[in-house]
Amino acid sequence: MVTATAREAAAATPDPELPQLTIDDLGILRSVEREGDTVVATITPTYSGCPAIREIGVDLRRRLAAAGFARAEVRTRLAPPWSSDWITAEGRRKLAEAGIAAPHAAPHARGPVPLTLHPSRPQVACPRCGSARTVRTADFGATACKALYRCDECREPFEYVKEI
Amino acid sequence: MSSDDNPYDLLADEHGEDHRWAFGTGFTDPLAGVDTAVPAGVDAADLAAYCLMLGDDALIYSHRLQQWITLLPELEEETAVANIALDLLGQARLLLARAAAADPSLGADEDRLAFFRDEPQFRNVRLAERADADFAELVARLFVFATWRLALFERLRASADPVLAAIAGRGVSELAYHRDYAAQWVVRLGDGTDVSRDRMRQALAAVWPLVDELFTRHPVEQALGGVAADPAAVRAEADLVIDTVLSTAGLDRPSAPPLGRVSGQTGRDGMHTEDFGYVLAELQSVARAHPDATW
Repeated sequence: MVTATAREAAAATPDPELPQLTIDDLGILRSVEREGDTVVATITPTYSGCPAIREIGVDLRRRLAAAGFARAEVRTRLAPPWSSDWITAEGRRKLAEAGIAAPHAAPHARGPVPLTLHPSRPQVACPRCGSARTVRTADFGATACKALYRCDECREPFEYVKEI
Repeated sequence: MSSDDNPYDLLADEHGEDHRWAFGTGFTDPLAGVDTAVPAGVDAADLAAYCLMLGDDALIYSHRLQQWITLLPELEEETAVANIALDLLGQARLLLARAAAADPSLGADEDRLAFFRDEPQFRNVRLAERADADFAELVARLFVFATWRLALFERLRASADPVLAAIAGRGVSELAYHRDYAAQWVVRLGDGTDVSRDRMRQALAAVWPLVDELFTRHPVEQALGGVAADPAAVRAEADLVIDTVLSTAGLDRPSAPPLGRVSGQTGRDGMHTEDFGYVLAELQSVARAHPDATW
């Protein structure tokens, strides 16, 4: 089936900032559909300033062309905003394999966001040794989607994909 | 290991020189594929003007934060401020693109709006353009800015313009991180040593004259009921957050009088402070030196 082939080709696109994962693993790829003779791939950026989104678009079109879909279009869908809950089970497995802790369930508050003055983050298990004795060292990491942690058991720093 | 096994090689090898991935190698319209039709009953020029206000706030403040990079006290602060600046730059791109799409009579795309408008055409609040004298001022200004903008974006999630609502829907979770980061620093400095408390107190006093403008309703916001968030209406909830943080930090709310209007105008009308010319010149210098460049 044409759409299934296109979907498979699009789904294999790696994320430039988490290249162990595909955009399908991350839940960025929202749909792949036929519109006449054009394949339309729809993606949702993770963060407003995600610098990888343009490269993802270029790579998507290239992969679709290689799979025989010369006419391909990449569209952005902004709503609903991307949620870390969209990361698939396979994506979470690959994160763990790469030494990156997978996110807890995202908050779904619709009203005002409560102020957090003291670290009350859920405990994150160390992806290397499994210990729960970890501390968050920074809310912001090397990319927009990650926070920094340290494991007090194995003494290694590690990254955590933030729950949003 | 074949190149198929290594995603970094894959990205570098298969794209050719034109498409090698790097920051700044090319940007497409951030609203590509998004339906940007202006909803019925909404004035396109007002909507564009409003998106410029919110977009300029983010663009100019992001640039001020970027000026801090390499100067911050710790690596964690470098990554935090860089990430916050990046989030705001992303919001700015979306909002300027939304302005350009809403009102084609602007005759501009997001790049032209960012790099080729002059000072009086920028609609940012004056708080956004201020140069920080020290880290405490960065903290004070970020705290006020993020608290205010988060309160606005929480309401904008229900905007009658679906594009604005979508931009706000993403922005809320980003701004919540920005506000918490700044608030935690206000407490850490205010509840710290005599020196840090004194510096934090001075920083709040320095920033405070610019706070009133944030919560002053502009005629464009008045005209866009249902589309815009009324800044006057979010003052109470923003004040609640501010007072909670200040009291936890052991600090008093400054009593400095608000910075006045100039010829009846504020930043929202294009009337800016002396600081603005410097930050705008730096932001625009490369684009203006090479006006025909593409990237």
